[in-house]
Amino acid sequence: MTFTGLVSIALGAILINNFIFSQFLGICPFMGVSKKMDTATGMGLAVIFVMGLASALCYLVNRFILTKLGLEYLQTLAYILVIAALVQFVEMFLKKGMPALYQALGIYLPLITTNCAVLGVVLLNTQYNYNFIESLIYGITGGVGFLVAIVLFASIREHLVFAEYPKSFEGFPIALVTAGLLALSFMGFSGLKIW
Amino acid sequence: MNNVIFAVVVLGVMGAVFGALLAFASKVFHVEQDPRIDEILAVLPGANCGGCGYAGCSNCASEIVAGHAKVSACPVGGAAVAAKVAAIMGVEAGSVDRLVAHVGCRGGENAKRKYDYSGIQDCVAASKVAGGPLECTFGCLGLGSCVKACKYNAIHVENGVAVVHADNCVACGACVAACPRHLISIVSEKQDVFVSCSSKLKGAELRKICNIGCIGCGLCTKKCPTGAITVTDNLASIDYSKCINCGACAEVCPRHLIVNASESKAQTVVDQQQQ
Repeated sequence: MTFTGLVSIALGAILINNFIFSQFLGICPFMGVSKKMDTATGMGLAVIFVMGLASALCYLVNRFILTKLGLEYLQTLAYILVIAALVQFVEMFLKKGMPALYQALGIYLPLITTNCAVLGVVLLNTQYNYNFIESLIYGITGGVGFLVAIVLFASIREHLVFAEYPKSFEGFPIALVTAGLLALSFMGFSGLKIW
Repeated sequence: MNNVIFAVVVLGVMGAVFGALLAFASKVFHVEQDPRIDEILAVLPGANCGGCGYAGCSNCASEIVAGHAKVSACPVGGAAVAAKVAAIMGVEAGSVDRLVAHVGCRGGENAKRKYDYSGIQDCVAASKVAGGPLECTFGCLGLGSCVKACKYNAIHVENGVAVVHADNCVACGACVAACPRHLISIVSEKQDVFVSCSSKLKGAELRKICNIGCIGCGLCTKKCPTGAITVTDNLASIDYSKCINCGACAEVCPRHLIVNASESKAQTVVDQQQQ
């Protein structure tokens, strides 16, 4: 585990293998809460928070419970359990400990329980055999990638109001076309390499 | 078979541990919340329209309980909801006037055009092109940004100018925020006379570009029995704390821009029947 290794994990999660645009995870909140810039930012921040915590906790669960007992095949189930409990716990903790952050994340925090990007990041951590630090970095930067994607998309959608397109494209169709073009442009990062 | 039982037991134990932790956490991190917040939330309309100025109904409810907002804070619910909220809070609601939006311009086809606008049908976009298609920089552009903002079908563009239909209006303020020319205000429904012009241009200038704009002649100030009307910046304005809705100003206005809402309402009804 070198510093360069960590940077390349981070860069990969944010740009090259962006969760939304290359791995197509977490598309539901990506389409659902990207109509306005401020809600998109709130969602993105909440995703960073939960992805980071879930990566750390799921690594521990996998390492010290599942692997020890030879139950690796239960990963998906166990991770869902962990994420659901974690989000509940974090919500309670924030409400008591950090009301300001709780207000800022608002409704998006409980919504993330069912976000497949969070489950995706913990499963990928296991698949890539990342250690604790690497898992944590991958989780947080994966969330940053989600934030970048949803904020870019929300700003484009806000401008779409003034665009002219056929009536039949109104609403979700034009949003899907936009998301596709955005994903295409993110393919440009696939050639990016570190050292 | 043993494998299955083992897996079930392990996951069951994990679930139980997490459950116990959460149960424990909910005790430790329990936040004392005033029960009245939930009660008030139940009687609020629940549309989360933001018309009260707070971020949704639950935020409004907690602000009411905290004493930062009045029991009548919800403009959508009006007197009925205010009475219920007041009962929960244990205070008198007082009399709550129903509020409606009002457009401070009757220009429309009476106002001269600077150029023919054929771009995006949106007031904000139009107002960016050389100060808007109207000669008057204060007038209603009539492209319906407010109509799009209204969720209650309460505002329409008629004869090139936005008109509020008070029956549908819930005073949520969405149109007020949408208007790039800040022509729309929230007023009491009981209020009958309005200065339907927002132009601060000088009389001579305005005369050339609009048939119905206020030229600041001051006849209404002289006629008003309670001294409720003042002319500032070439524009008459009515102080509604003094106004008695007598309609003297509406009769005397040479440009017919001070209007009786009740009379003009009757007018639109007749128009609709003719159509």
